[in-house]
Amino acid sequence: MQNNANKYLRSEKLPHIWCPGCGNGIVLGAITRAFGLLNCDQNNTVVVSGIGCSSRATGYLDFCTLHTTHGRALAFATGIKMARPELKVFVLMGDGDSTGIGGNHFIHAARRNIDLTAIIFNNSIYGMTGGQSSPLSPLNSRATTAPQGTFERPFDLAELAQGAGATYVARGTTYHANMLTQLIRNGADHKGFSVVEAVTACPISYGRRNKMGNGYDMLLWQKEHSVPVEKARKLTPLEMEGKFAIGELYKADAPEFTDIYERFIEEKQKKNKEERQRGVN
Amino acid sequence: MSETTPYRNPQNIQINKSWCKGCGICAGLCSKVLSMDGGSKAFAANPSLCTGCRICETHCPDFAISIGVDVN
Repeated sequence: MQNNANKYLRSEKLPHIWCPGCGNGIVLGAITRAFGLLNCDQNNTVVVSGIGCSSRATGYLDFCTLHTTHGRALAFATGIKMARPELKVFVLMGDGDSTGIGGNHFIHAARRNIDLTAIIFNNSIYGMTGGQSSPLSPLNSRATTAPQGTFERPFDLAELAQGAGATYVARGTTYHANMLTQLIRNGADHKGFSVVEAVTACPISYGRRNKMGNGYDMLLWQKEHSVPVEKARKLTPLEMEGKFAIGELYKADAPEFTDIYERFIEEKQKKNKEERQRGVN
Repeated sequence: MSETTPYRNPQNIQINKSWCKGCGICAGLCSKVLSMDGGSKAFAANPSLCTGCRICETHCPDFAISIGVDVN
């Protein structure tokens, strides 16, 4: 098979269901290559997803996979990580899945700083259900629920994650696919809650309605509107207007949730043992 | 990528036509080598110009292109 990491794909399920030009396939490719770089053991890696176009990705990945309810992928993943902290857990979500329906799960997973790697496919729209505007749809962008353009200001996912307590926050695009692979790899290596936002194109539900052209035109849009984070830090907010920074946006060290929990259990067990011994004597 | 993949013969472009959906991303990114066969499926028009940069492979959303590897 091509590009060495494709041993991680369930190739009998391909071709996938995504539309022609959809960026989700490029993100999935970047994820499989990151798995290749990480030398992931297929039996000790869990990939969890919610509901939406992007969440169909788990169906094509040959790992322990879990396709869960809408917005609750992080809740299921938290359960898996708590029960089996030795497993590597990845969570694939869409923009609506993570910040709309699962917004609460998202901020609380970030607050706990549990060792999960969340990869968020940001296509700015609820594609599967027919193109409703999502919490990450840019201001004034058109959707079926906003035919005159949405009046709601979008979240900045990276700032939301950082503000909620995530310790690794990065953003990549499908145009910069190799950079996305590196970001996912670094996020997986990081101990703590890692958020990697993958800006991807939805040419059918979003692009067509906003006159952005086909999948290739939308790839070029990402190239023109993204600024490497090192350069973005030197630019004024006015110069950054309409653009977004890509790269490793934030990294910090903080106590990890399963570690704290394990230590607590160890201390309790030690204390109980001592008490029992004292009782016998 | 270069960390795990050895150098491969760059001229060997393989396109899995049953997976290709004809989105045109590969032909847009590399118009020298790739082109759309009647606007429906990708095909290598000038394989001898391929430098093996693999941008088509990493940007193909359908995993349909492979550069220099046997598909089996």
